[in-house]
Amino acid sequence: MITKAPKIDRRSFIIGTAAVGSGLALGLKIPFGATVVRAQDGSPEINAWVVIRPDDTVVIRVARSEMGQGTITGLAQMVAEELECDWAKVTTEYPTPGQSVARKRAWGNFSTGGSRGIRESNEYVRKGGATARVMLVQAAANAWGVPAAECSAANSVITHKPSSRTTTYGKVAEAAAKVTPPTEVTLKDPKDWKIIGKSVKRLDTMGKVTGAQIYGADLKLPGMLNAAIKDCPVFGGKVKSFEAAKVKTMPGVRHVLQVGDSAVAVVAETWWQAKTALDALPIVWDEGPNAQVSSATIAEMLKAGLDADQAFVRTQVGDVKSAIAGAATKVEAVYAYPFQNHAPMEPMNATAKYTPDRCEVWVPTQNGEAAFAATLAASGLPADKCEVYKINLGGGFGRRGAFHDYVTQAILIAKQVPGTPVKLLWTREEDMTHGRYHPVMQAKLTGGLDASGNLVGLHLRLSGQSILAAVFPQNLQDGRDNATFQGLDPSGDFTLGYTVPNLLIDHAMRNTHVPPGFWRGVNINQNAIFLECFLDELAKAAGQDALEFRRKLMSKHPKHLAVLNAVADRAGWGKPAPQGVHRGLAQMMAFGSYVAACAEISVTGGDKIKVRRIVCATDPGYAVNPAQIERQIAGSFVYGLSAVFMEECTVKDGRIEQTNFHSYDSMRIAQMPKVESIIMPSGGFWGGVGEPTICVAAPAVLNAYFAATGKRIRTFPLKNHGLQMV
Amino acid sequence: MARLTINGKTNEVNVDPNTPLLWAIREQVGLTGTKYGCGMALCGACTVHLDGKAIRSCVTPVSAAVGKQVTTIEGLAAGGALHKVQKAWVDYEVPQCGYCQTGMIMAVAALLKDKPKPTDADIDASITNICRCGTFQQVREAIHAAAKA
Repeated sequence: MITKAPKIDRRSFIIGTAAVGSGLALGLKIPFGATVVRAQDGSPEINAWVVIRPDDTVVIRVARSEMGQGTITGLAQMVAEELECDWAKVTTEYPTPGQSVARKRAWGNFSTGGSRGIRESNEYVRKGGATARVMLVQAAANAWGVPAAECSAANSVITHKPSSRTTTYGKVAEAAAKVTPPTEVTLKDPKDWKIIGKSVKRLDTMGKVTGAQIYGADLKLPGMLNAAIKDCPVFGGKVKSFEAAKVKTMPGVRHVLQVGDSAVAVVAETWWQAKTALDALPIVWDEGPNAQVSSATIAEMLKAGLDADQAFVRTQVGDVKSAIAGAATKVEAVYAYPFQNHAPMEPMNATAKYTPDRCEVWVPTQNGEAAFAATLAASGLPADKCEVYKINLGGGFGRRGAFHDYVTQAILIAKQVPGTPVKLLWTREEDMTHGRYHPVMQAKLTGGLDASGNLVGLHLRLSGQSILAAVFPQNLQDGRDNATFQGLDPSGDFTLGYTVPNLLIDHAMRNTHVPPGFWRGVNINQNAIFLECFLDELAKAAGQDALEFRRKLMSKHPKHLAVLNAVADRAGWGKPAPQGVHRGLAQMMAFGSYVAACAEISVTGGDKIKVRRIVCATDPGYAVNPAQIERQIAGSFVYGLSAVFMEECTVKDGRIEQTNFHSYDSMRIAQMPKVESIIMPSGGFWGGVGEPTICVAAPAVLNAYFAATGKRIRTFPLKNHGLQMV
Repeated sequence: MARLTINGKTNEVNVDPNTPLLWAIREQVGLTGTKYGCGMALCGACTVHLDGKAIRSCVTPVSAAVGKQVTTIEGLAAGGALHKVQKAWVDYEVPQCGYCQTGMIMAVAALLKDKPKPTDADIDASITNICRCGTFQQVREAIHAAAKA
């Protein structure tokens, strides 16, 4: 369902927002006074987060985007918990980025990535719910002429205990909207939560099983035309020429247009007509110097970085060189991780309508504000003449967050046909070859063991692409991309779980012309493989059990250790596995959560790997909806195992070679392991859910493969070694 | 011009007969529950029933559907009641982003028509749809639940 902009009375809107504080004031300081802000249907807004209809329906506004991860349901649970409303009467809507600008970011950050939806906004959305509850209770108390302290709220019903009078939220909403909001509210103790922590049903399932849910690709607007596009296959190249006349007379074709410097679009009555004509359109590209680049040249560049003198140092403890030089045993290994495409099931798309006075965009986006910024830039219009309407996503995985190239394209097309809405939909081929790819990375790991098999020194040298250098260069720190070290950090949301007396972790930045992006899990994916496979290599060299070897390094990291122990216990580590079954372990901290996995695999015919079972544990601090966390864990393994077994984007003549799922495959149900989730929230912090677990599946399986065969695979995907997932 | 029977209704569609059925369904008839994912019969997001059999409509020309019964996700629920597969999908909360799920449901509905009590091996052999969110664990549970319904 498309969330339309709630119509807000212009005058009350200005009065209401004039006094709003800056930044994340979040409705708490919105003294609307006697002026009520109304939703489109006329229902009063209690505050930015909550609208209550006369029939007691509670509309909870959620700024983060739903792309399958369940954030809408989880965030609504948090508002509803403090609001004390009837969960059965909850529905949600998206505020628009234009409203956010007008109301000084009343809903905070729209960005939906980095597993931040709940962990970053939990406090202010709960406060939004609590504030609305206080106002509703006050309104009832005012009507009864009693002190609010004598009233309580539960399930959308307000009760005055001394007189046993009751009323409902719907009945007092109108008056509550005029109550001065409290300046401070007290949030519930987690032990009193009734909705948070419960596996309540998702709010968005029905439309997805009936086909009624509208995705961006499905959008229809009156008078709309459809566009198909081809961008230069070589990143950085340009359009040299195209012969529009050759396709102008094909059925349905209305326009053949250049889009920016590098793309050509056909606009037609239907998308199939546009796509058919585009396929027939002769285009000559100016491919530029990047056409000389190939996977081999990129690999050579990265390889040189493994031993380069210059590197950005993230962690330096003790004296690694001396420790390793003096070690009884030295272990060294080089790993490499490829480019990968996000490949969400719904290809990139955006619909735009432009006139010199107004530009509107409808788009599935992980970040409405970034889509809005792209709209302003491409349209050249000021913020009050632009609007973006978010549509639920057919998958995001990071492709639709920081990048709105498809929005820019749609607007550049719409500007050439002013007044006509145009829906731009990419082909799968365009999507595969114009991604924002998982960065390519190599790693050289060198470890030293003393005579007792203790790890005395470890050097982890990364060499490869920086996402931040390409996307947010302002976030580099003295040129260093700290995001490259996810999972290897000395502290924070991505803390390394091992204590090594002499430790050096550094990065030789080697950027390529292939644009990198944030791919579900981001840099934790390859870092977990490098670290956790090498830990197994070290344990093997030390002649020690992989679990015991890790445990000795983890005494200062009890939460890391707790999840590792949990999977080992559940999987029966140390006890005999069934005949032909082999186990592997991995642990990591990512996006604020502690995660571990134990994989059980069997190998048949030398090249067929069956991942039979994966036991996974996560400590996300608080578990808002355990059923959805289980689904995210199982789903993250599909994404992570597809990647390690099957997925690689190779570069030839400057372009990506893989064009569709025949050359860039993805797991099917037959390959799905049984996933057992252990959700063990220890409280006191908020960790992410959508991404963290993705990283432990691959190293756990790779370590199990070594246990099964004695072979250590260090380059990916596994299909390049003739290994098949069955 | 071609005459298509979709969900029991006859539609005159003005397209080249080589147009994939998917695009006639989406753009001519206006039923958008059937999705475009790959255009090469690789992912299954476009799955519909042709005379009761699951087919991938992105590579099936309109001409091949003339004179046959096409059923899309919008026609699966009979008389307003959810099909047992849809109901199981709701009960087991299968969808994440949901984009592939209409095709997945159509593939499963055809499987259950063919094999009312499918084994895991039957499921593995016949359900080959891609789901990038990775809902397969719930898909399998829901198939078995629907088979019991």
